[in-house]
Amino acid sequence: MCGIAGLYLKDDALQGDLGRLTALMMHEMRGRGPDSAGFAVYGAAEAATKLVLLGPDGTDWAALAAQAGRALGCDVAVDAIGDHAVMRTEADGDAARAWFIANANGVTVLSVGRSIEVFKGVGDPDAVAERFGLSARAGTHAISHTRMATESAVTTAGSHPFSTGADTCLVHNGSLSNHNLLRERLQAAGERFQTENDSEVAAGYLAERMRRGATLADALKAGLRDFDGFYTFAIGTADGFAVLRDPIACKPAVMAETDGWVAMASEFRAIAKLPDVANARIWEPKPSEIYAWSRAA
Amino acid sequence: MSIAAQTLRPNAALDLGAMSLREVNAALKAESEGVFDVLNPGGAHAVACGLNAPVEVHVRGHAGYYAAGMNRLASVTIHGNAGTGVAENMMSGLVRVTGDASQSAGATAHGGMLVIGGDASARCGISMKGVEIVVGGSVGHMSAFMAQAGALAVLGDAGEALGDSLYEARLYVRGAVASLGADCIEKEMRDEHRAQLADMLARAGMDADPSAFRRYGSARKLYNFKIDNAY
Repeated sequence: MCGIAGLYLKDDALQGDLGRLTALMMHEMRGRGPDSAGFAVYGAAEAATKLVLLGPDGTDWAALAAQAGRALGCDVAVDAIGDHAVMRTEADGDAARAWFIANANGVTVLSVGRSIEVFKGVGDPDAVAERFGLSARAGTHAISHTRMATESAVTTAGSHPFSTGADTCLVHNGSLSNHNLLRERLQAAGERFQTENDSEVAAGYLAERMRRGATLADALKAGLRDFDGFYTFAIGTADGFAVLRDPIACKPAVMAETDGWVAMASEFRAIAKLPDVANARIWEPKPSEIYAWSRAA
Repeated sequence: MSIAAQTLRPNAALDLGAMSLREVNAALKAESEGVFDVLNPGGAHAVACGLNAPVEVHVRGHAGYYAAGMNRLASVTIHGNAGTGVAENMMSGLVRVTGDASQSAGATAHGGMLVIGGDASARCGISMKGVEIVVGGSVGHMSAFMAQAGALAVLGDAGEALGDSLYEARLYVRGAVASLGADCIEKEMRDEHRAQLADMLARAGMDADPSAFRRYGSARKLYNFKIDNAY
């Protein structure tokens, strides 16, 4: 069991409240996933590429940024937040991600992109939200996850969301049976994985398809054929938000929409505290059906 | 925490925004009769579950999992949507959902009536053991999975694998059935079935013509069937 909550704002006036509302939703999903938690917030697109990194205690972020800057041929600015660091650079995002994975010992790349920032941690989801200042964060959309681990260890890196492509992330409630096979195929195609987690494979699968030009909807359609297991996914992209449940639909999901927002959660109680919820259209997403919203559309 | 089971005044409103779920459920269970409101459910789980007396309870808003579970004798109306397993293991009484119900509505229920005004999602009536279920909208896939007794009436459509591995239960569907599950077949709609359905629809407050429904049931080939159990 895990908890998912996603919020996509249609009304720009709510952007300042995105983090506060996401923290409220995540709080309600604590019981579904008390062992670890994480969230992705999509803020205004920046000129530079942002990488969020997770490192062991005592990581010298400034030294690592300087080393990366020399290797990538661009300045790398760094802001440390607990065991995370946000790095900003003009370098190519994929190249920077590859460099950190190959050269920064013990460091995990949590996200890459111009909008996305991913933070995660082990322990009480409320404490994770507090540690990384979720309530004060602004943006257009956010996805959060509370984890009750089944397929792999309870570690910070193994917490959701998983992001393997620029400004793309995925959270998952369920378990995939064929993740080892898919991981091998994707690694052969050049994807880089950082954990043993089945959900990271789902994120990598979608990212690999989109890197080759597929739309998110096309990638999800292909996933319906290739993923063997149980899943409710919430997926974030730079300008959008999507939800998909497997054909059996054992894992719960509820959606709601008002003029101001679209929300998705494992249970309604995560949605119950959103503004104007009394006027929301509420429904349960159907199995195998792709639900997607995009600011670009 | 001590839970004081004080007698409620008639028509009392219990506010889940101010009281704990245990306090609300304990207060309802302490009553032998009367009409009560539960306010601000906010998707909470197990609201008004385990009632064991002919009280009438109105939940004003959306409920979470297992609302009115294990109900006996009571009449519970959820004025909104219900989460997974509404009225699961109900023994008797009436549970009504004005909106939609999530999966496994009426799971394993032995008796009483469950009425869902909107849609019910997957596995509605899974392993039902005698309950009557009336759904105003459609039901999702694998509804009445391993149903053992009782009757399910669906005014809308049914999803894939209706009645899969069915033992005994009568399934009435007015709309389209995406597919029938293993050992589930269409059966003749006789007068006794039209009469049963008309009675169920009337008690559920649904306006529909019984002759517009088709009946589905077990082919009785998948389990070791004893004809003495047929009804």
